[in-house]
Amino acid sequence: MPKPKQPEQTSSGISRRDFFKSSTVGAVSTALVSGVHGEGSSVEVLGPGEVGIKLNVNGKTRRLRVEPRVTLLDALRSELDVTGAKKVCDRSTCGACTVLLDGKPVYACSVLAVEAQDKQIVTVEGLGTPEKMHPVQKAFVENDAQQCGFCTPGFVVACAAFLEKHPNPDIEDLKKGLGGNLCRCGTYDGIKKAVKQVAAEGGINA
Amino acid sequence: MPEYNWPEAEKRSRIGNRKTRLDGPVKVTGKAEYTYDVKLYGMLYAKMLTCPHAHAKIVSIDISQAEAMEGVKAIRMIQEPGAEIQWADDEIVAVAAETEDIARDALKAIKVEYEVLDHFVDDENKDAAPVVNPAQEEVTGDPDAAFANAAFVSEGFYGARVIAHACLESHGDVAVWDDDEHLTVFASTQAVSSLPGQFADGLGIPAANVRVICQHVGGGFGSKFSADRWGIECARLAKIAGRPVKLMLERDAEIHVAGGRPSSYAKIKTAADKDGNIVGWASESWGTGGPAGTGSPPVPYVWQIPNRRHQHSSIPTNIGPSRAWRAPNHPQACFLTMSALEDLAAKVGMDPLDFVLKNIALTGTRSQNYADELKIGADLIGWKHHWHPRGQAGDGPVKRGLGLALHTWGGRGHQSNCELVIHADSSVEIKLGSQDLGTGTRTVIALVVADTFGLTADDITVRIGDSRYPASGASGGSTTVGGVSSAARRASLVALEQLLGRIAPELEAKPEDLEVINSTIRVKGDHSKSLSWKEATALLGVSTITATGQHPGPGRLDDSGVAGIQMADVSVDTETGVVSINKMVAVQDCGLIIDLMTAESQVHGALIMGIAYSLAEERVMDPVTGTLLNGDMEFYKLPGIGDVGELVVHMMTGPGYDERGVIGLGEPPVVSPGAAISNAVANAIGVRVPYLPLTPDRVLEALGKGGAA
Repeated sequence: MPKPKQPEQTSSGISRRDFFKSSTVGAVSTALVSGVHGEGSSVEVLGPGEVGIKLNVNGKTRRLRVEPRVTLLDALRSELDVTGAKKVCDRSTCGACTVLLDGKPVYACSVLAVEAQDKQIVTVEGLGTPEKMHPVQKAFVENDAQQCGFCTPGFVVACAAFLEKHPNPDIEDLKKGLGGNLCRCGTYDGIKKAVKQVAAEGGINA
Repeated sequence: MPEYNWPEAEKRSRIGNRKTRLDGPVKVTGKAEYTYDVKLYGMLYAKMLTCPHAHAKIVSIDISQAEAMEGVKAIRMIQEPGAEIQWADDEIVAVAAETEDIARDALKAIKVEYEVLDHFVDDENKDAAPVVNPAQEEVTGDPDAAFANAAFVSEGFYGARVIAHACLESHGDVAVWDDDEHLTVFASTQAVSSLPGQFADGLGIPAANVRVICQHVGGGFGSKFSADRWGIECARLAKIAGRPVKLMLERDAEIHVAGGRPSSYAKIKTAADKDGNIVGWASESWGTGGPAGTGSPPVPYVWQIPNRRHQHSSIPTNIGPSRAWRAPNHPQACFLTMSALEDLAAKVGMDPLDFVLKNIALTGTRSQNYADELKIGADLIGWKHHWHPRGQAGDGPVKRGLGLALHTWGGRGHQSNCELVIHADSSVEIKLGSQDLGTGTRTVIALVVADTFGLTADDITVRIGDSRYPASGASGGSTTVGGVSSAARRASLVALEQLLGRIAPELEAKPEDLEVINSTIRVKGDHSKSLSWKEATALLGVSTITATGQHPGPGRLDDSGVAGIQMADVSVDTETGVVSINKMVAVQDCGLIIDLMTAESQVHGALIMGIAYSLAEERVMDPVTGTLLNGDMEFYKLPGIGDVGELVVHMMTGPGYDERGVIGLGEPPVVSPGAAISNAVANAIGVRVPYLPLTPDRVLEALGKGGAA
């Protein structure tokens, strides 16, 4: 089974937009991937048909077959039935698909599934359950930081990552740090209160 | 028969408190299943080929290559050769395939030939429109005499552009045929109980054979009442393929064809006498909601100006069609009216707060509510401290200003039926074919039942989102809370009467001498005689209690007609044209509030949605090609968490409000933001920016024509 060579950096992986920018032909290959990361050219070509991959999702190793063009978001939702991350803009704009990749928040719509191998993927389902909620999830409920709830999973993941980096955020930190997620119903006020509450109650590990 | 009313304030145990929503935990953990999340065994994915032209005739369609592709399982021509297409992104062919990518590949293999026709998308430019449909002029009083005798006359042009609903969960369905005649549809909808009939109509099967399920919906705002052509096609593809099919709209289609709010432009003239009394109004408005044009905004909005003339023209265009956008036509009418009146106040030289209060009797039956709310709002925003005459915002490039607006809405409860069961194990369930759009419908139903039974909301199992439950109205027009809470209250009162009748002998008391409180049923005045809810229901044995509730019904449980006011505090950078919101205040009534927490969330959300359409949102059409230029979320702009400023919400409750019963709240608070923000910008920079949204280019253009720059 061909295995893609992994880039050495533990960055969020290439974005699909960068990928398309670099791509001059329709065929998908890891040569493009390594090109983006400035590595050598001695890599195997993946696809265009399905390839077998392994993804570590919420602590479990999952095996699946996908075409190399399949995004991490589609792989999670359509192949693995992990549907917490939502597909909204599908273009790195709205943040509804935010997941953690090795602890860093990324837009799963703009990471290829093949690129997420050998990384720890955490979705909103991996943070907590209705019975045992993560502090951010609990604060979202208590401050009514959701209405229709479609942006909520992405926001919860983004807030958890944000609070990890900014345990005591001020309003300017919050505006910038959570500016990558959009809500249509207008739940920002509840989200601000939820973030402040988590910080005041000892942070995300409390 | 019980007496159908709401409990007095001192007897409410749950109603009116702040309760976190029941479906909060499943939403924040990703467990809530939306239509977009449904995956059935063997499910196919459908995509639609859409028309690239704004106006065209289909000459030919060749699907042969797509049909032959591996993984393609069903193809449907939605429109045939000869059909005339009236807007770009209209659906032509639908394909169902094993994966989304294969479906997308198949669309590329379909060849459609078009005869391109002339299009018109420049809706503001009425003189260039190929078709203009004028309505009858409406005249009240003697506007000519009023203007001739007026001390002050103000004239202006105002325009609100077409915007989209832009639901985060796009429109769509998952359809599965149980057999040749029975269909189940998972739909992203605001109308669980009315969709079976619509699917049945489209497919030629009885409504009884269609089941519609929607547990959670990712936004609707008035755009999700219909089965829609794509829903019917999804079901047809599923039948052809013999497998379940999921069809969700792409983002560009969601913005262009699945919801739009009509534009509204108007030339308005207003008049006041020497004391600042409003005496005259004359307006000529036009706008579009796509090929169907659009009806007149109700102007002058709220204000019953004694002498007035209005004429509206509907402009059909090749912009995508419109749907009911939260408070249909009210935000546009409010923007046109309150902007024109604020300009008149500036002409008179009055503080608009004083001007509005001076004329408040013209707002009719709710004028006292408005006056009370304006005083509260003024305190909350510091109106008297921060307000300055128009354009006198001091030196420096950033100018601060205040603006206000007021609005109304009906909000009477819709038809609703429910069934309530008290089980012998003490559990309580209530079933109704309603839906929770994120407004808190589940939670208010539970609170009503809990309050009646002396239980907590978490003790109540609320079953909604399935057309097999008793029919309940669509969630539109702010009618849901009045409908479902009234039906639930009636069912609860009937069930309680039955329960008390059954256990009264056990307590050696008459049923009417019993009361329920804190999960206990006891004899009034003799608390030693009591049974816990669990003990009491255990006596039911196999004869559990089932009661139904309806709305409308006996007793006065709901009402119609609310008043709300909003004020905005903005800063405008006169060098960049960027408007930022410092603070917004909303003061709103809605009768008896069931859950204060989700009610306040509705108002917060409406303020933010209002800020969005005031500062950012519009469908940008390319006049050359007639297509939508910003069919994505990068360029169809929505504000982020840092763009909305401080929001203050004050709900009017207590005597004078509570006894009116329950009134809907979803729409009214989204009406005023456009006018309040536009007025604040005019106050800041000294000149009216005539358009919504107030984009930087428009602010700079207005400043170029005068003002504070």
